Amino acid sequence: MKPGRKKQNPYLIAGMAMTGSAAGLGLLGAFWTPFGTTAMSAAERFQAPSLRHLFGTDNFGRDLFSRVMQGMGTTICISLLVVLFSAFFGILLGALTGYFGGVFDEAVMRVIDAVNGFPSILLALVMISLLGNGRQNLILSLGIVFTPSYVRIVRSEYVKLRDADYIMRARLMGVGKLRILFVHILPNVLPVLGVSLVIGLNNAILAESGMSYLGIGVQPPDASLGNMLSDAQGFLQSAPWYALIPGLAIVWIVLGFSLFGEGLRRLGE
Amino acid sequence: MKKKLCGLLLTALLTMAVLGGCSDGTGESSGDNSSAEPAYGGSVVVGIQQDIDSLDPHLATAAGTKEILFNIFEGLVKSDEKGNLIGAVASDYTISEDYLVYTFTLRDNVKFHNGDPVTAEDVKYSLERASGLLDGTALISALSPEKGGITGVEILDDKTVQVTVGSANTELIYSFVAAIIPAGSGEEEGADPIGTGPFSFVSYTPQEEIVVKKNPDYWQEGLPYLDQVTFKITGSAQTALMEMQGGSIDIYPYLTDSQAQALAGGETHQVLTSPSNVVQALFLNNAVEPLDNVLVRQAILYAIDKEEVNVFVGGGSGSLIGSAMLPSLTDYYVDLNDEYGNNANVEKAKELLAEAGYGDGFDLVIDIPSNYEFHMQTGEVVVEQLKAVGINASIHPVDWDTWLEDIYNGRQYTATISGITCDQTPGYLLNRFQTDSPKNFINYSNEEYDRIFVEAQKEQDPVKKAEYYKQLQKLLTDDAATAFLQVPGNMTALSNRLAGYRFYPVYVQDLSTVYLVE
Repeated sequence: MKPGRKKQNPYLIAGMAMTGSAAGLGLLGAFWTPFGTTAMSAAERFQAPSLRHLFGTDNFGRDLFSRVMQGMGTTICISLLVVLFSAFFGILLGALTGYFGGVFDEAVMRVIDAVNGFPSILLALVMISLLGNGRQNLILSLGIVFTPSYVRIVRSEYVKLRDADYIMRARLMGVGKLRILFVHILPNVLPVLGVSLVIGLNNAILAESGMSYLGIGVQPPDASLGNMLSDAQGFLQSAPWYALIPGLAIVWIVLGFSLFGEGLRRLGE
Repeated sequence: MKKKLCGLLLTALLTMAVLGGCSDGTGESSGDNSSAEPAYGGSVVVGIQQDIDSLDPHLATAAGTKEILFNIFEGLVKSDEKGNLIGAVASDYTISEDYLVYTFTLRDNVKFHNGDPVTAEDVKYSLERASGLLDGTALISALSPEKGGITGVEILDDKTVQVTVGSANTELIYSFVAAIIPAGSGEEEGADPIGTGPFSFVSYTPQEEIVVKKNPDYWQEGLPYLDQVTFKITGSAQTALMEMQGGSIDIYPYLTDSQAQALAGGETHQVLTSPSNVVQALFLNNAVEPLDNVLVRQAILYAIDKEEVNVFVGGGSGSLIGSAMLPSLTDYYVDLNDEYGNNANVEKAKELLAEAGYGDGFDLVIDIPSNYEFHMQTGEVVVEQLKAVGINASIHPVDWDTWLEDIYNGRQYTATISGITCDQTPGYLLNRFQTDSPKNFINYSNEEYDRIFVEAQKEQDPVKKAEYYKQLQKLLTDDAATAFLQVPGNMTALSNRLAGYRFYPVYVQDLSTVYLVE
């Protein structure tokens, strides 16, 4: 990511533009929306997209543009927190197991295998049903589900690098273990990790939307792209824009992050 | 779950209910095809929204279960499509002048599904089991001796059974719709239900389907028409719609407004409309802070805009109500909508909240059974309305079993949106609000209410009785016991190849009169 070396990278530019616009709208939506996100209006139910309501209105007469803004913000924010949570524990556990190996490594990796053994959405559903509904629990359970993949990625890099010459030398020079772990090795793991973080973000967005679609996660009347989609499915024929718009918003964000991730990968090469 | 709430049921069923826009359906008892010649034979699939809670007719609690068991079981009497009682297992009955002794004459040639004729012994056993005389556990509380129900069952001769009851109650006869089952079969009913209804039980696969087949010995001549009926439990309203369009579901009650619109072309199904017999309300737990304060409850009633709920959720097809009574029970219904208004009165609500010491509002969690899209959508509207007066309401979806267990039976909640169903007696909707009623899940308590209710049950003059019931409704409204919303409309999809479907003023699905027209 040294700017000097950046060549033409249309993936990165397109990805940044798409994710940037989505994140920008979402951020703006946290402070200002054209209409109240839960304000209902009996007179304006099922309005098709127009100048007044850019994306139309839903079955309660709520402005879909405002709700998409809020929904994008909610979805991106939850996904970011999920990825941060899982990346933090992924790096921590991956570094310790990869570098030190031994019994601790075995124990942690077997637990990770066990977690991986469950279908991930199912595992998240089980956790939610134990913990109860709500955003924090959604973040926690998706975070736990996403952690194993980061542990594996980080661990394999640490296994590869722990015997590298420069690490041996650092060790011989008496550098502290913590410093070796997080100052000497970690930066070399980042390029690989960066790409998987972006991919993870994509998966987190899809997972959050999926959970909210199932009625777990963000609860009405708060908007998230997933629960809007779920509300909309009853009106596919009569108000197609209602389902189309949150659906397209999800596509937009996921595509944006995919392009962004691809751009990052090429940048690293 | 020994306490079965008898009757009632909650039901929510409504669920769906929404009805709406499609006003071309008829409220009449059958569809346009009814002129066609009834044909015998064939099978149909009925989509239902929830699993059943018990195959034992005395244990079943949910309205959604009872509406199905209606096809398998019958009581001494049963309801017809006008809501009147007709003899079923009993061909005739007389009630003594003091309403304390009931004498039933059994119909000849009524047979159980296993081929045995129904005897006076079976009737005695069934009534004693339901009322708790058998083992002390009343399965149907209205019949229990403690509630003024059955105190003794005597067999006068092979065809005559005399029942004595504890208190005079002109509506008790409606409780004799309780199923008659073979003597001694109580333990097995849950697994292998045997009754006398038009259809006999074939199989039940949890979460999947219940299959029943024609009872060739049914006492009503010529019924039923169909050879087999499958009640299919559908995962979601959306799948149900696709299955209807694909032709794998023939009958589906409680359509939502949007589903009805999707079917509106009429290529596969016609949509019939009738009132649902469900009272939908935002139930308030009168024993929990801050709802134990009548001012707070009144503020909530002022804050709610029932008209908006009706338009948003039901497409305007519901009837707004101010108390626990169906407007269709015209003799007993009193319109109390004006007391708090059909539209929101934000000023008044805020004033009352300030007076109650909640000028800054408070947090209110509304538990809603999440399988009922109709209630969930109602919740979204109500939350918004409550926010306008400073009450920070939020929705907490719960699954149906949890709702029954924790909220309805456990009363562990502050507010909930659901529906209660009505049997055909007006007292049925009102009796749950007596202080000591096991069904009083809102913990309403008013000595005057209890007193008047007892008076009303004893009263034999219909005009005076209606007067009592109106007073009871007024008390509920004055005390803001609960925020009654509406009686939603009910739209039912009926395949174009069928006719003869009847709507009942009670919560049942009668398949015995349905026939194929092809």
